[in-house]
Amino acid sequence: MAAEGDQIPELAVTPDRYLPVRYAGASGDFNPIHVDPEFARSVGLPGAILHGLYMMGLVSRAAGAIGDGDPRRLGSLSVQFRGMGFPEEEIVVSGTVAAAGEGQLELDLVASQGDREVIRNATATIRE
Amino acid sequence: MTIDTAAVGKTFPPFEYEVGREKIREYATALGFDDPIHFDPGAARDAGFRDVVAPPMFCVVYSAGAVGPALFDPEVGMDFARMVHGAQAFEWGEPVCSGDTITTTATCASIEERDDKGFYVFESVSVNGDGAETVRGTWTNIVRGG
Repeated sequence: MAAEGDQIPELAVTPDRYLPVRYAGASGDFNPIHVDPEFARSVGLPGAILHGLYMMGLVSRAAGAIGDGDPRRLGSLSVQFRGMGFPEEEIVVSGTVAAAGEGQLELDLVASQGDREVIRNATATIRE
Repeated sequence: MTIDTAAVGKTFPPFEYEVGREKIREYATALGFDDPIHFDPGAARDAGFRDVVAPPMFCVVYSAGAVGPALFDPEVGMDFARMVHGAQAFEWGEPVCSGDTITTTATCASIEERDDKGFYVFESVSVNGDGAETVRGTWTNIVRGG
């Protein structure tokens, strides 16, 4: 098991231009701000933006990897969405072990694109 | 801004979702999961699952049909043009596998005004065919004033 203060392995993913379309299909969320760049620009966005729950999914991957990717071991995940995420820009999820003991680990995580945090104050629990 | 809190405590109709292998594979692929437990029934069974197992965040797929109508409910009355998804939390119970039927019920847990913003919080509870809880979600949407 990891120990308090340990860094968790970083997860770096660069979603391609059509990722939001595939995520829309996978999730059923076809909000046009994610799949239609023209529509997104018409409401003042720079272009199509990533689904927040896709980015949370990446955070779940990074956190879950500490539990060997076993779905039974990710106990909880809580996030705050901050700022917008964009396709074709690398997302890096990083984190630390905030507490270890009582049969579980508590992780603090953040997801960023460059110097912009897109998910912050993320906390996860991993069951032993 | 003045917000209407009449919908607090309102529970919405349960939504039933049948989990299939291809949907799990599609979701896992979009998120970049490559563990065979999400793709191959044999690998999943060897790892102790009934069938191909969903990544935990697949809960957004089977919960959406319960949570969506709650967000769009006219009595809740969120202004979507001013709304952002502010925060999200899940607590997971039993894993979800292909072949499961998951029933999710959503409730409007709270509506509060702070700093000229409306905070709309919904809770969802999902159970499998054995009645075991698979996930409990807290969905926080923020509507700017104006």
